[in-house]
Amino acid sequence: MPHAEKPTARLAGAVKRYGSLTALDGAELQVHPGELLALLGPNGAGKTTAIALLLGLVRADAGSVQLFGEDPQSIEPRRRIGVMLQHAELPPTLRVGELLRLTASYYPNPRSLQESAALAGIGDLLRRPYAKLSGGQQRRVQFALALCGRPELLFLDEPTVGMDIDARQKLWAAIRQLIDEGCAVLLTTHYLEEAEALADRVCVMSHGKVIHEGTVETLRARVAQKRIRCRTTLPAELIRDWPGIGEVRQENGRTYIVTAEAEPVVRRLLEADPQLGELEVQRAGLAEAFTELTRDADEASTNPQREAA
Amino acid sequence: MDIVMTEAPVSFPATMPRRRVLGAYLEEARSECLRYMRSPSFMLPIMLFPAMFYLLFGVLMAKSNGADAARYLLASYGVFGVMSPGLFGFGVSLALERDSGLLTFKRALPMPPGAYLIGKMIMAMAAAAGVVVLLLAMALTLGHVTLAASQAAALLLVGVLGVLPFCALGMFVGTLFKGQGAPGVLQLVYLPMSFMSGLWFPLPMLPKFLQQIAPIWPSYHLDMLALAAVGMNTQPLLGHVLVLLAFAAGFLLLAARRLRRHG
Repeated sequence: MPHAEKPTARLAGAVKRYGSLTALDGAELQVHPGELLALLGPNGAGKTTAIALLLGLVRADAGSVQLFGEDPQSIEPRRRIGVMLQHAELPPTLRVGELLRLTASYYPNPRSLQESAALAGIGDLLRRPYAKLSGGQQRRVQFALALCGRPELLFLDEPTVGMDIDARQKLWAAIRQLIDEGCAVLLTTHYLEEAEALADRVCVMSHGKVIHEGTVETLRARVAQKRIRCRTTLPAELIRDWPGIGEVRQENGRTYIVTAEAEPVVRRLLEADPQLGELEVQRAGLAEAFTELTRDADEASTNPQREAA
Repeated sequence: MDIVMTEAPVSFPATMPRRRVLGAYLEEARSECLRYMRSPSFMLPIMLFPAMFYLLFGVLMAKSNGADAARYLLASYGVFGVMSPGLFGFGVSLALERDSGLLTFKRALPMPPGAYLIGKMIMAMAAAAGVVVLLLAMALTLGHVTLAASQAAALLLVGVLGVLPFCALGMFVGTLFKGQGAPGVLQLVYLPMSFMSGLWFPLPMLPKFLQQIAPIWPSYHLDMLALAAVGMNTQPLLGHVLVLLAFAAGFLLLAARRLRRHG
């Protein structure tokens, strides 16, 4: 997908250290206009720090951070974004309508109160004090606050945590509607099905770096591969020479084979080794692609201790 | 969730008319006032402690000493009452909001710089005005204090502006301690300082040493202004005003430096 337009948000070689901890280690990230980019990664991978830099909450130690081509610590580019943070307790005694009215007042051209409320599905909650709402309702109110300024870029940090399936589906529908209107979204999430349902592109982070970036399809293609596991006496070198074999390794007496097409390989395996046992063939989903990606990165970064582990 | 027809987001320049910026400041102040006026755990101690003390010492026990005692204590308990919205309204709420993620959220939003602090300041000033009005009402009715309208207005003005140095002090403490630690620390500042600047018992009744060090405390200087307002201090006031200004500016700078560094 060519992107002629300038990215709405951009990290280039961004480094952020907290004391001796390097939270971001040269991260590269771009959110293009109108797309939904899902930022995935295990806890401590640097997702939160990446968001904090793009929101201007912290300053990078090195590299560049841009929001609409400007420094996010100045207010102008932030007038074009909406924000939903994972941990933000809003004033408990204020009513939902008052919170919306306050947040909308920060923006040059906000949506009307009714429009924001309807988009987030909280039209019936406007007169309720925030503290009296359920967790899921509070998340929907936070979503309404994020979209009320008619943003061109929306930051959604784990938006559906604490929501039931129905509420999650509704939020996804609302996010899709915003994207259809041309709003870009940077989504961080632990739920891979959320990324699969919404994302145009996926960015996987690990140890402060972006280790994979591409469309959901390319991420899945990485694991459209099947994995064959078995106990066999055939040497790895032999199998490696067969056609269509991606990768072969042997560990703890088991042989692991990665291939695009499992059937011919299995047939050949069984012919070559009648004693072969414990045969398993797996097809990995996005979750496994993700696990595999981050595990590889883990191994790369802890290489010296790998022998022991 | 209803499907809503919306205008497509046109790529408008992100400039904000000055009127809307001003509107954002007003909304922030309005929300800040509303949320605390609705919170009894915040408003009741602020209003009731000075009122109770004044009723006890200024009205009931001061009867034998005449209206002058009631007038004197109106000023000192007024100052005592004005300190707490500054210290607690500002300091505790800042400490809690740094902890709860609200401050982070607001910093990520395009909230005009300063709206957050100005909103809290206006809330503290409104609460201070409430305390002074309550004490004035008690003094004029129960305490039989006679005050000219200009004197009452002057006391109100001292209260509303006098809360500001304590906002600055509260803000500084709020940047030092996160969450629930701040209220305790502020009590340790508030109560001894009130006592040692002669707000509970007139200074001449306190030990000589405390009398000598009283000018260290900002509350002492504010008390001098409050006493002047009700006609019980005819000394020059400029010095006290300058000390309070310097005190407010000093703590504001310290707090701003810490906020910039530690968020």
